[in-house]
Amino acid sequence: MLIYIFKKLTQMVPLLLGITLISFMVIHLAPGEPTDLQTEMNPEASTELKERLRTEYGLDKPLLVQYTTWVKRLVQLDFGRSFSQDRRPVWDKIIERLPITLLINLLSMGLIIVTAVPLGIAAAVNRDSWFDRIATLLVFIGFAAPSFWLALLLMDWLGVYLGIVPVSGVKSFGYEYLSGIEQVLDVGHHLILPVFISAVGGVAGFSRYMRSNMLEVIRQDYILTARAKGLSERVVIGKHALRNALLPLITILGLAVPGLIGGSVIFESIFAIPGMGKLFYDGVMMRDYPLIMGILVIGAAMTLVGNMLADVGYALADPRIRRR
Amino acid sequence: MKLDFFNIDTTKDALKLLHRLLSLLVPRLVLILFLTLSVGACREHRLVAVESDTDTAIAYGDTIIMGTIGDATNLLAPLASDASSSAIIGHVYNGLIRYDKDMQFEGDLAESWDVSADGREITFHLRRGVTWHDGEPFTAADVMFTYRLMIDPKTPTAYADRYKQVEHASAPDPYTFKVRYAEPLAPALVSWAMGICPAHLLEGEDITTSPLARNPIGTGPFRFVKWEPGEKIVLERNEDYFGGAPYVKRVVYRIVPDTTTMFLELQSGGLDYMGLTPLQYARQTDSPAFMRRFNKFRYPAFVYTYMGYNLRKPMFQDKRVRQAISYAIDKQEIVDGVLLGLGQPATGPYKPGSWPYNPEVQSYSYAPDKARALLDAAGWEITGTDKVRQKEGEKLAFTIVTNQGNDQRIKAGEIIQRRLQEVGIEVKLRVIEWASFLKEFIHPGNFDATILGWTIPVDPDGYNIWHSSKTGAQELNFIAYRNPVVDELLEQGRRVIDIEQRKPIYDRLQQILADDVPYTFLYVPDSLPVVARRFHGIEEAPAGIMHNFEKWYVPQSQQKYKR
Repeated sequence: MLIYIFKKLTQMVPLLLGITLISFMVIHLAPGEPTDLQTEMNPEASTELKERLRTEYGLDKPLLVQYTTWVKRLVQLDFGRSFSQDRRPVWDKIIERLPITLLINLLSMGLIIVTAVPLGIAAAVNRDSWFDRIATLLVFIGFAAPSFWLALLLMDWLGVYLGIVPVSGVKSFGYEYLSGIEQVLDVGHHLILPVFISAVGGVAGFSRYMRSNMLEVIRQDYILTARAKGLSERVVIGKHALRNALLPLITILGLAVPGLIGGSVIFESIFAIPGMGKLFYDGVMMRDYPLIMGILVIGAAMTLVGNMLADVGYALADPRIRRR
Repeated sequence: MKLDFFNIDTTKDALKLLHRLLSLLVPRLVLILFLTLSVGACREHRLVAVESDTDTAIAYGDTIIMGTIGDATNLLAPLASDASSSAIIGHVYNGLIRYDKDMQFEGDLAESWDVSADGREITFHLRRGVTWHDGEPFTAADVMFTYRLMIDPKTPTAYADRYKQVEHASAPDPYTFKVRYAEPLAPALVSWAMGICPAHLLEGEDITTSPLARNPIGTGPFRFVKWEPGEKIVLERNEDYFGGAPYVKRVVYRIVPDTTTMFLELQSGGLDYMGLTPLQYARQTDSPAFMRRFNKFRYPAFVYTYMGYNLRKPMFQDKRVRQAISYAIDKQEIVDGVLLGLGQPATGPYKPGSWPYNPEVQSYSYAPDKARALLDAAGWEITGTDKVRQKEGEKLAFTIVTNQGNDQRIKAGEIIQRRLQEVGIEVKLRVIEWASFLKEFIHPGNFDATILGWTIPVDPDGYNIWHSSKTGAQELNFIAYRNPVVDELLEQGRRVIDIEQRKPIYDRLQQILADDVPYTFLYVPDSLPVVARRFHGIEEAPAGIMHNFEKWYVPQSQQKYKR
């Protein structure tokens, strides 16, 4: 098993390098340079500055040279400094945004699993019943409703009209003066809406997935056998069917790993949450190459790691795969 | 090692464990949810309490929370160019001079200043007893340092040009600072309104990596407290401010990137100040409940929106075509449709009501018949059943480009499209993301017409925008406007200091621009700020409402934030 993991890890290095090379090329293909934007249409700006910044950032060198300089720094785990006006180390900018994004994504992932799995099972077991139909209807509404619209409606209703949850942000004004527990409650209070909204689409998709998995499993011969043995329906479903229906969950969780650091810019803008989505979006709009590359590398690494975890998890859970 | 994850026994145990966990957690979760909800409920109720207007005595204290769309980037004056950073810098730093409420210069760090008879030398007499926020005294050495910083090639600032025109700068004593220019330069005085940086903290440092960029130390009415990136920036009253300590104790800039959310946040009591969109001002803030809690303000903003013609294109080289297009556009319709009437048609590059503004120019009020006549005269005629005018087999058709993210410009473009169609001009509208827009269209001169906006600088010197020497790659006269008379007026205008003598020069400039129509000036929108009603002492003036921010106060009984 360890050898297997090691092999996977060594395969990842060239793959990661390839991903970064392609991303590097692609983001430089996009028209516009960071220097254009710092002097953007400013009636008092001089063009001289632009040339100076180009040299300073190394943008006057060939692309491959720029890439090698970047990789050399990356090997030393140095993501470089941002090209935006603050010129802060990219790593600092990422690390201050990461916790809140991780927290929201983990909470919403938890919420998705806790609600979608039982919902999917119940829908599958009671297939074509009224419950199933209503669940299906709700799921499609949840799937189709644009989250920004739902968010604004809930903010207006719960936040402004009823005044029971904060409209936006992650902390109250005066957070510093609260005690430890109050601080946790305060953040929790602020996260109710965002976590709910970010889970809605996921619950919808995931419960569908769970339902079809379960239906697939229920049709199998061994379920028939279990029933023929005279096991109670609860044991048949809860023990024999559920375990197999949950298998694909591993893959999905593995694939969701890179998503943990990602955020949606619309979602974060609406809730005024300083997360990764907004950081990345602003980075792209400013053509802040080091920042974009920094986030892409972390994302790529997490995708690869997530895939590997899924592989390993699958092997652990399913003997058929392990033996192959 | 047993790897079988789904071993029957462990599953049973796991399920049992899960069951136990859930039975433990669920009641608690419900309790926590209930607690948080109730905590929120009482807090909100306290906020929406109706504020009384009876007590208006000046008092110190309270906090103002301002909504801003973008985070600041850099809090060192020479390096900042975005609106959010500039707002913070304005509170933390002082220039030598500043604009008063009527947009006239007044002393700031300089008590007074003299301009020599030939207009080439300015002597600033600095205020005594001013200290930086860290307690060090402010002297002419700081001014000298800031000047050197601005002309240092290593400083990545966009504003070096005007400082480079200084021939000689000197600080004969700690409270006098002199600059001499090679030629008189009218906009020179403006450049000394920029924030002065502390020499004792920056001397010998690399300004691009200075900690002051995120932790500024100035001389201004508010001192910097803390910056939580993407969330908020907190400032606190400077008790030792030379202009008298501000009444409001704390200023918080909260970053809310979405204007709809910002508006909801304002209504829920989370914000005390924001700039409204025209829609919010006109349709969503008229309820008595809203008026009871907020004061709305309205005055012309220092920006104008225009449609510029690429004069490299043969079609636009005929002045009559540009004039015809101006006649065919109903500017009032655009103001009504795009700004819901909250603005005014523009006739030139200056703000209506400001001293350089010339009200006597051709304003091109909507006259489609004049437009048709001009186009006919220019040889663009409608032949047969065709709806689009033609000349020598070529159609009168062009594309307007504008940038993504500015709905007002896009809507204005759509209205123009329809009006021009009525006089036989075919117009396409293209919206492009900002960076690509500049790189692929504007800078290489690869466009027909564009809808864009300029901020209106207080000094009327429009050299960079209109002078024929500024038509190079990436320069601001990107429509390639060349008019020797305009060039001469611009050169003349910036060499005369006296307003009485400058006024006729810029009046003439506006007449020529109106006749030449390199741009069709579209509109000047209104600024629409809204402030919580508990703030008193706000004075609306040509400069807006922020000019006496230090004098805003909240009467004791209405103060909301006690700490």
